[in-house]
Amino acid sequence: MEIGGSFYDRKAYSTCYMCACRCGIEVYVRNNKVVYIKGNDDHPTNRGVLCAKGSSGIMKEYSPARLRKPLLRVGPRGSGQFKEIEWEEALEIATQWLEEARKKGPYKIAFFTGRDQMQQINSWFASQLGTVNWAAHGGFCSVNIAAAGLYSIGGSFWEFGEADFENTKYFMLIGVAEDHSSNPFKLGIQEMKRKGGKFVVVNPVRWGYGAIADEWVPIKPGTDGAFFMGIMHVLFKYNLVNWEFLKEFTNAPWLVIQAPGTPKDGLFYRNEEGKPMVFDKKSQSFKPADRIVPEDLDPAFIGEFTTPEGYKVRPAFDIFAERLVKDYSPEKVEKITGIPAKDIERIAKEIGTIALYHPIELPIEWVDVWGRKHKKVIGRPVSFHVMRGVASHSNGFQTARAIFLLMMMLGVVDVPGGFLNKPPYPKHIEDLPKPYKISRPDEIKYGEVYPGPHLGYPQNPDDLLVDEKGNPIRIDHAYSWWFPLAAHGCIQNVIPSAYRKNPYGIEVLMIYMANMAWNSSQNIPYIIEALTATDPAGNYIIPKVITIDAFYSEQVAYSDLVLPDATYLEQWFALSLLDRPPSSVDGPVDALRHPIVNPQENGYDVKGWGDIMVELGSRLKLPGFVNPDGSRKYKDFKDFLINWQIRPGVGALAGWRGKNGDKHFVGEPNPNQLEMYIKNKGFFYYKLPENMRYYRHVNKDYQEWAVSAGFLKKVAPIIFNFYLETLQTFRLAGQGLWEGKNQPPNDPILRERLIKYFDPLPFWYPPFEEEVSGDEYPLYAFTQRPQWMYHSWDSQNAWLRQISTRNYLYMNPKTAEKLGIKHLDWVWVESRVGKVKCQVFLTETTEPNSVWTWNAIGKMKGAWGLKPEAEEGNEGFLLNHVIPHSIKIGGREIYYGDPITGHLAWFDTKVKVYKAEDQTPQTYPQFEVKPLDYIKERWVPVLRYKP
Amino acid sequence: MAQFALVIDLNTCVGCHACATNCKEWNTQAAFGPLSDFDPYGREPYGVWYNRIMTYEMGEFPNTQVFHLPKSCLHCQDAPCVPVCPTGASYKREQDGIVLVNYDDCIGCKLCSWACPYGCREFDEADKVMKKCTLCIDRIYDESLPPEHRKPACVLTCPAKARFFGDIEDPNSEAYRVIKERNGFVLFPDMGTNPANHYLPRTETKIHIDEHILKHDNPLFLEVLRRHHVGT
Repeated sequence: MEIGGSFYDRKAYSTCYMCACRCGIEVYVRNNKVVYIKGNDDHPTNRGVLCAKGSSGIMKEYSPARLRKPLLRVGPRGSGQFKEIEWEEALEIATQWLEEARKKGPYKIAFFTGRDQMQQINSWFASQLGTVNWAAHGGFCSVNIAAAGLYSIGGSFWEFGEADFENTKYFMLIGVAEDHSSNPFKLGIQEMKRKGGKFVVVNPVRWGYGAIADEWVPIKPGTDGAFFMGIMHVLFKYNLVNWEFLKEFTNAPWLVIQAPGTPKDGLFYRNEEGKPMVFDKKSQSFKPADRIVPEDLDPAFIGEFTTPEGYKVRPAFDIFAERLVKDYSPEKVEKITGIPAKDIERIAKEIGTIALYHPIELPIEWVDVWGRKHKKVIGRPVSFHVMRGVASHSNGFQTARAIFLLMMMLGVVDVPGGFLNKPPYPKHIEDLPKPYKISRPDEIKYGEVYPGPHLGYPQNPDDLLVDEKGNPIRIDHAYSWWFPLAAHGCIQNVIPSAYRKNPYGIEVLMIYMANMAWNSSQNIPYIIEALTATDPAGNYIIPKVITIDAFYSEQVAYSDLVLPDATYLEQWFALSLLDRPPSSVDGPVDALRHPIVNPQENGYDVKGWGDIMVELGSRLKLPGFVNPDGSRKYKDFKDFLINWQIRPGVGALAGWRGKNGDKHFVGEPNPNQLEMYIKNKGFFYYKLPENMRYYRHVNKDYQEWAVSAGFLKKVAPIIFNFYLETLQTFRLAGQGLWEGKNQPPNDPILRERLIKYFDPLPFWYPPFEEEVSGDEYPLYAFTQRPQWMYHSWDSQNAWLRQISTRNYLYMNPKTAEKLGIKHLDWVWVESRVGKVKCQVFLTETTEPNSVWTWNAIGKMKGAWGLKPEAEEGNEGFLLNHVIPHSIKIGGREIYYGDPITGHLAWFDTKVKVYKAEDQTPQTYPQFEVKPLDYIKERWVPVLRYKP
Repeated sequence: MAQFALVIDLNTCVGCHACATNCKEWNTQAAFGPLSDFDPYGREPYGVWYNRIMTYEMGEFPNTQVFHLPKSCLHCQDAPCVPVCPTGASYKREQDGIVLVNYDDCIGCKLCSWACPYGCREFDEADKVMKKCTLCIDRIYDESLPPEHRKPACVLTCPAKARFFGDIEDPNSEAYRVIKERNGFVLFPDMGTNPANHYLPRTETKIHIDEHILKHDNPLFLEVLRRHHVGT
C-alpha cells in the first residue's frame, strides 16, 4: 500500500451530464482515462457533493453500448443490421436527406431533441433548417408545472426557482419530484431538517426523499388538485390569508365582468385606457388596479358590484372563494383524495399559522418598483416543490395552478423562507415569448429561416399555430386548439402523427438524445408499428430516421442513419442563460462542458452533437452557417460557441464577453472566452447582492440590473395571475364569443373541452382515464425512477445496474390480498391498450389504489450493450407498453394529454392486475434487437477498472 | 488512542447510493483497488463494494416508515475479524483504529467474513483476497490532497450531508460531538464488537398549532357562505 503522491496527471473542471441537474464536477485523469469524478466545491449547484449517477460517470465513458462510428442501416428497421461508415459519407447522406426534405418543404423535417440542454441553440438550428417542427422533451416531462408557473408568477420550479431552504421552516414535496433537481434538493432538505423544519411529502408512495419526511400524505393519484383546493378552503375559513400580498402583488382583487353569453364575460373590467379595475372600499369607487400601491387603496376581495356602464363585476378572489366554499370542504376533499378531513384541516392550519403568524425578518434594506424604501425583508417560511407527479395527469395544469394560488394566498413567492426565483426569472408574464406564428405549414420556403421562437406562451387564441381550418401547423399538434398552451411542444405526439400523416407526412425524423422507440414513448407496440410500417410500395411511412446518440439505444436500433455523439466528457457544450440555466437563487449561473478525454485515442470515432450540427449547417449552406460570400462561417462548434450571437452582444455564454473578457452578459465575442470558463472552474456565477435576493417581482434594484443584463424588458411590477385571463379567452372561443381572428372549428367536442377546462381559476376534475377505464381498470399505474438513475441516460451503467438490474411492480399487500396475488407472483398488468407481464413486490409504502414501478430499467433485449440474458430484457419490464398515447373523447381519437398544455398524461394510466397462469419469469411483450458485433466483443467477464 | 470512524445520520440519509458509487469509483482506482466487477453487462452482475445501502420498511400503511442504512466496515474496537485471521493479514491499526487487510498476507480463507456479524467484508474472486472499507486511508493521510479533501470519498460526496468522519475518542471532533448530542448508536451493541461507526437516529418534527390565533369566524368566509347559501 502506498499513500500519497498524486493519483492523477490531469484535472479539469466541467459540468456533469449524468442527469439533468448540471452539477459542477472535478474530473481527474490518469493515462487519458478518467479515474475519479468529484463534485466541484465551488459550484453553487452542488457545492462539492455528487450523487450516485455523477459518481458513476466513468462507467458511462467506458460503456460497451458506446457507438464507435456512424451507422447506416442495411437490414429492415429495428433488425439491428447496420454497416459502419466513415463520417464523410454519413454527413453527406444526412445532408442529402435533409436537403431533399427541405426542397419538399422545410416543415417535412421533424427535429426533436429529447434530453436537450442546449435548447436555444437547437431551436436556432431548426430555424435555419426552416422547419416549424422542433421541440425538446418537456411535452412529457413537467411542462404543466413550467407553464402553470410562468403564466401564474412569471417563474416556476427547478430551473426557474426553488425553496429557500436556508430559511424555510416547512417544506412540502408534492408527487414524483425526486430529482428535479437532485443534489440541491438533498442539500436543501437536510439543511432545513437540521434546523428543525418540517418536511411533508404528498405522494401515493413513500419512497426516495419521502423516507425522511416528517409526515407522509398518501394521496390517491391524480387528486392533488382537490387536496390543495381543500387546503385553501381551510385557509380562507380561518382567515389564514396574506391579504396584503394578494392586494399588492396579484390580480386577486381585480374585477371580473359577469356577463354570460357576451364577449366580455370573464374578462377583466377595464377603464378607457384599458387598465384593469378594482373596487376601492375607502372611496367606494372603481379605481385602476395599478393605483393600489401608489394610492394605498383598499380593494374589495369579496362582493359584487355594478359598474357605471352597468356591468356586474366581482373580484377574482370572490369567484374563487365561492368555489372553495361550495366544492372543497375538507369532508368533500377527503372523499376524492382519501386523505382524512382532519389531516387536511391540520396541515392547512400548520402552513397557514407558520406563514401568517411566524414570519421571519431579515435586516436587509431594499426598494420596490413603486419607490418605497423598506428597512427589512419579511419572510414567510413555507415552501413547496412540485414536478412530474402532478404534471403527468390530465388535470396537471389546473392542479399546478392551484398550488401557485396557494403560494399567493400564503404570500410565499419571492420571500425569505418561501419560493425564490432564479435569474433570469421571474419574467413579466405579458412579455413572455410567443411561438412564431405561421398560418400554413409550408409558409416558410426552402432556403428561408423560420423567423422566431418555436416555443412560447400564447396569450389568446390568435397566438395559436393553426391553419385557416383550425388544423394544427406543427407535427406534434402543439399550439393547436387541442393543446393551446403547449409551452414546451409535444414530442410524444411526433411519431404517431408522422405515422398517421396527421396533419401531414414528413420526410425526415431527426432525433437527438431521446429514446422515442422505447421508454420515452407510450404504447410501444404501436410506436414500433409506426416506425416500421410501410406503404403498398414497401417504403417506410416515416421515410427517413436520423438519430444522434452516444449509445446503442432502442431508438438507434430503429434508425436509418446514426451519427454517434461524444460523451459529456468529450465535447464542447454550453449550459446557457438563453436556455433554462443552472442558475442559483443567489444569481445567474451558466456553464461549460469541454473535451477532457479524447475519444479517438480510446477508439471511438465520434463527434459531439455541436460539431455535427455545425457540419450539417455548413454543408447545407443554411443562412446562419455561411458568410455573405457563401463561405463557411464556423470552423467547428468551439468556434460557434465563441462567435455565435442570437442578438448583438448576446451569445451562448454570458461570462467574460467583450474582446478582453471584461464584460458580462452583453458584449462582443471574446476569442478567449472558453479558456476563461475553463480557468474559472467551468462556470460563470454572478452573485447578486442581498438587497436583490427577494421580492424580485417588484424589486427595483434587481429589475434595473435585470434589464441591463437583458433578462427583463422593463422595470415594472410583475403582477401574479391569480386569475388567468388568457384561459378565459379560450373559453370564450369555445362559446363562439372570442372576437379575435382565430376561431375554433365548429366541433362540439372541442368547444366543450375549451369551455370546461379553460377555467381562469383552478379547479379539480378527475383524470380523463376515469371516464374511459372506470372500474374495469381500478388501479392507477405510474412510474418513478430510483435516485441512482433518475433522469440518467444510461441505466446500463456497470455500477448503477448492480444496484438495480430489473424492476418490480410495487403494490400494497391489502390490494394484493383482494386480488389473490402473493409477493413475487408474476402478474399481468392490463390497461385498455395492452398488457405487460411482470413480477409483483408487496410493500406498505404504496397506497392501495396505486401500483407503480421504476421506469427505463426494462430494456429491449439486445439494446444498450447488455447481454441478451441480462435481467433488464427478461425480468425487467417497461410499463410504457400499457400507457395509452391517445384517448377517445366523444368518439374522436385525441392524443392523451392535458387539455391546456398537451402534457402527456402518462400517470393517468389505469390498469387491472391479475395473476399470470404461466409463472415463467419473463416479461411480455418481448422485443429483440441484434446487438452490434463490436459490442459483443466488449462483454468482459471481469471488469477491473484501475488505469 | 484515536479511533477514526464514520457517523451516519439516518435523519437525512435518503438512500441515494451516492456514497456507495463514489466509494467505488475512488477505491477501484486507488491504493486498495481495483474493486472487481463480474459479468458487469450480463445476467448477474456483482462486484466488490466497500459500502452498500440496505433499505427497510416498517409498519403498516399508512403508518409506514422507510429507513436507508448505509453499511460499510464499522472498524470495531473489538473487531472479531482480526483474531480469527490465521496469517495476521487482517489487522487493526493502533494509531487510528482503522481495520485493514494486508493483501500480501491474505490467503483468502474467508474466516474474517464468517466472523464479521455485519457482513462487511468483500471477497474479490479475481484477486482471491478479502477487501473492505479502509476509511479512505489513502485520502485522509495524502498530503498531496488539499486539507479539506482529506476525508473519505463517501463523506465528501454525500448530498444529504449524512456522513461525518472523525476521531470518536476526541471530544473536540465533530464525530464525537454529534454522537453525544444526537444519541448516536451502534449496530448490534450486544455482540461485544464495540463498533466505531455510529448512526444517528430518526427524529420527527411536529408542529404545534396556536389554535387561539385562528379566527374561527372570518367574516369574509361567512359572507361567502351567506351569499351562496352554503350550509356550514
